[in-house]
Amino acid sequence: MEASRASETATVLPLTAPNPARRTWVGAATLRAEDPALLTGEGRFIDDLSPFPSEHHAAILRSPYAHARITRLDVKPALALEGVTAVITGADVSAACKPFPVGIETRPVFYPCAIDRVRYMGEPVAVVVAEDRYIAEDALELIDVGYDPLAPVVEIEDALHADSLPLHEAVGSNVVHDRSFAYGDVDGAFANAEEFVEAKFVFPKYASTPIETYGVIAHYQRAADTYVVHANFHGPFILHSLMAQALQIPSNRLRIVVPPDIGGSYGIKSAVYPYIVLIALASKIAGVPVRWIEDRIEHLCASSSSTDRVTWARAAVLKDGTILGLHLDQVDNTGAYVRAPEPACLYRMHGTVTGAYRIPAVAIRNRLVSTNKLPTGLNRGYGGQEQYFTLERLVALVAKRLGLDVIEVVRRNLLRKEEFPYHAPAGSVYDSGDYHAALEHALELADYPALMAGRESARAEGRLVGIGIGCIVEPSGSNMGYISIALPKDLRDRSLPKSGCTEAATIAIDPLGAVTVRLSTTPQGQGHRTVAAQIVAQELGLEPKQVEVLAELDTQTSAWSIASGSYSSRFAPVAAVAIRNAARKVAYKLKAIAAHQFGVAFEDVDLVEGAARSADGTHVTSLKRIAGAAHWNPSSLPDGMEPGIYETAYYSIGLLRPPDDDDRVDSSAVYGFVVDLALVEVDSRTGRVDVKQYVTVHDSGTVLNPMIVDGQIRGGFAHGLGGALFEEIAYDENGTLRSGTLADYPIPTASELPTIVIGHVDVPSPFTPLGAKGVGEGNAMSVPVVIANAVADALGANEVRLPLVPHRVWEMLQPNAVEAR
Amino acid sequence: MKPAPFDYYCPRSLDEALALLAQYGDEAKVLAGGQSLVPAMNMRLARPGVIVDVNRLPEAAVIERCDGSLRVGMLARQADLERMPVALDAVPLLAQALPHVGHWQTRNRGTVCGSLAHADPSAELPLAIVVLDGAIEARSSARGTRWIAAGQFFESYFQTALQNDEIVVGASFPARREGWGYAFEEFAGRHGDFAIVAVACAVALEPNGVASEVRLGLGGVADKPHLAPLTAYCGRVLSQRDLPEIANAAVADIEPPSDLRGSARYRRALATNLAQRALTRALASARTACDGLAQ
Repeated sequence: MEASRASETATVLPLTAPNPARRTWVGAATLRAEDPALLTGEGRFIDDLSPFPSEHHAAILRSPYAHARITRLDVKPALALEGVTAVITGADVSAACKPFPVGIETRPVFYPCAIDRVRYMGEPVAVVVAEDRYIAEDALELIDVGYDPLAPVVEIEDALHADSLPLHEAVGSNVVHDRSFAYGDVDGAFANAEEFVEAKFVFPKYASTPIETYGVIAHYQRAADTYVVHANFHGPFILHSLMAQALQIPSNRLRIVVPPDIGGSYGIKSAVYPYIVLIALASKIAGVPVRWIEDRIEHLCASSSSTDRVTWARAAVLKDGTILGLHLDQVDNTGAYVRAPEPACLYRMHGTVTGAYRIPAVAIRNRLVSTNKLPTGLNRGYGGQEQYFTLERLVALVAKRLGLDVIEVVRRNLLRKEEFPYHAPAGSVYDSGDYHAALEHALELADYPALMAGRESARAEGRLVGIGIGCIVEPSGSNMGYISIALPKDLRDRSLPKSGCTEAATIAIDPLGAVTVRLSTTPQGQGHRTVAAQIVAQELGLEPKQVEVLAELDTQTSAWSIASGSYSSRFAPVAAVAIRNAARKVAYKLKAIAAHQFGVAFEDVDLVEGAARSADGTHVTSLKRIAGAAHWNPSSLPDGMEPGIYETAYYSIGLLRPPDDDDRVDSSAVYGFVVDLALVEVDSRTGRVDVKQYVTVHDSGTVLNPMIVDGQIRGGFAHGLGGALFEEIAYDENGTLRSGTLADYPIPTASELPTIVIGHVDVPSPFTPLGAKGVGEGNAMSVPVVIANAVADALGANEVRLPLVPHRVWEMLQPNAVEAR
Repeated sequence: MKPAPFDYYCPRSLDEALALLAQYGDEAKVLAGGQSLVPAMNMRLARPGVIVDVNRLPEAAVIERCDGSLRVGMLARQADLERMPVALDAVPLLAQALPHVGHWQTRNRGTVCGSLAHADPSAELPLAIVVLDGAIEARSSARGTRWIAAGQFFESYFQTALQNDEIVVGASFPARREGWGYAFEEFAGRHGDFAIVAVACAVALEPNGVASEVRLGLGGVADKPHLAPLTAYCGRVLSQRDLPEIANAAVADIEPPSDLRGSARYRRALATNLAQRALTRALASARTACDGLAQ
């Protein structure tokens, strides 16, 4: 695997010879092409679009109960209201639809609407289609539903009890998945240990809170028997297959169109897909195009979130801080259903479970439980914040137990640059990095000795000051095969193996020489159009402003594949290469035409400053004329060349494999690195945590646009700080949502964000031609545990529970502490 | 998040507005800034059958000083007050409280009188007017104008002494007086959130240093602004050493709620702490005011 991976770097199209005169756009802080439209209100978001005439509006009746049987459902009074077109219920859904495929053995049945039982507060029970949303919401109140409440199952440890009422009768237990894995000599590691450090870690459930909520506009076109659906869905487009299967139609009759602008997602909008199916069905049944725009209340109770997790962890260590092995018993709570791509929450980090450390042996037990909570899915950092909360808290506890400085423990275990490419025991192959240099840079930026001295002097004054550190590996570009590791090998073998991280891009040049790029990365604000224009401009010798980039994805007309979309930070390592390769195909054609016209060798043509130029400078012809020849005068083209200029490139990092027979999987394409250092002070009177200093150093490989990378880091930090200090999707013991408005689900605003110091120790990835690694998720993974470590240090506590909201921290400080929920 | 059906009226005179309230009684709701009412309607937590939009009433946005008070008209926005230095100078407690009221965007629409009429127990303006011993001017077509002392105006969660046919046409905040010092302290989860606990304090000192009045109110700890009974500390010279005891006395009879933002004991501890801070600052500011008098 090692050798083949190394050869991967040679699979690029070496068609354009380097030219020092060429203007280098990749790596420049080009201003964002997206911003003029966004800043002047010309963004085209889902709710700005009117793709179909005479559309109607949907409102969704949602369960007020966490767990209940539906005993009666009478929609007639709602249908009688003037302006109501149709009411769709679970009976319609189960008649027209198959349950969504589920990637675990026990297959808990999941439909986009409750059928005869509700399993979380906010679960759809019926859809009203009406002339406008006001009437639709009025009609919701007229639907008569009888509920017979059932015993709720709320917390993970409730669900583990054998006597908890199973949410899914056919499964028979709320433990819906249970797999164990072992890598390396785990018994040997624990036999040789000098110390054991053991702890239980609890990680909360929280979400992304994009400004734009979910939106779906569906039109069932009867004559064609086709669903055309506009939705702010951003992939992974493997879910297109699941939607088509649920609707029981050939997949070319489900046309999904993603608008040019999506108002933020951070992962959460992948879970709009059940609503795509639901609203598509509503359109078919109502016989009209249907628009459904989720409102904020719906979003907070029924969109998606990351999982809460309980981990029982045990580390085998030597007295010098060397970590020999780990035992991890992890239980994730995917809520009421296991909605694809779950159980990926447990498996995205599987190959990377040992993080940035040389831990040769690890045993893992992974369980999933069902509870009466909102189902889970992608949330920036997906699985990473949970994983690193365990690992980095454990490292801090190891240091504390052994009486060592945590930096010393980190240094002892942190991978060295000569160990790359590093084969982690559970299967990930880390491409490159210089973790120690990044650590030293962070210590230098933070002035670590001064930080330590400052902490001591503050403590001498009785102040509660603490330092936290976290070192995390940031995977990007998911291997589509990793999720199948949730199935045991014999079951995996029954279906076709899956692998890769394929993305596509298309570039066309029109008869007047104008360049248009079409993406399949469904950006949500990250600036993909900007970076794509930089890459294409560089390959074609143009300026980025000459390159028009379209972000709309249309499954019937765009080039896409199962991995398409925007998640797992896949733009930089994967999509950017597809764009570059498509540009190289175009450049190849342009140069071939120019060489033919000039009567020179192909190698002697270069594309610079909007023209093709021969090496000796005697021939210069504008790209407009070169490209024009392919349209206006095909007879002038070299023999055998197709007319027109329209090139698509597909790219995958070729040697991402399906899981092997020993359950190892390289879960991602490339692996970045983040090291964070925080200094916090806790106000003992109020419990407020004040982040006094925060340093984050990144290895993001080759930086494609430093301004955008900087923005991604700041955004990831803000999201991570939300998880650390503010956000929790909280339920009471009856499963009633307690965080149902933005007053009760506080997210950090600009006022709450401290200044951060960003550093870089970038090591280009040899596994991807541009060398770029993902960067948007790292701090979402690191910040929760780094703040937790700092607060634990400030309070001298072993156990910290996020979010560290003031009253919870204050309660920790009280002599007769009680756990604040 | 669309409101239930309602009838909308936009009267052009106060008489017209009052007639509508007299006609529709408890079915009607007055819309001023709408910063609390409209979200509540959109969530269908409030379902008034009739909305009386008073935003077009002439001369209702007046802010003026008269007879030792600052009179704030029914349509004066919180931001209008915030941007009027003369008014802030007249009522220093308002100057300190206003930045805590929501966000500048909501203050641009939200009215001072609307916040009083809404009577959220953790809101800042009701707390300030109670501590200042101000008054609310209510009018109805049947009974004309009456003034309601702030201490009697707030009854419980979102409940006031206002009758169904009455509208708040203005509020009167007593202006700063000689020898008085004021302080407002608040603790909220984030800037602009409703207070977990808020404290407003006004202290009056005689030129000889004796505290003639100690008024301290707590927000977020009860169903309405809670005015602490601190008369025992009047008529004494107060020093910094006395303040912890006064703060403890101020919270002695509160029974704060427990919720997502904190337990009762957390609120009590916060209240004690904020009370002490507010007393410290109010006393210091009163001393400065007295020194000014002495000179």
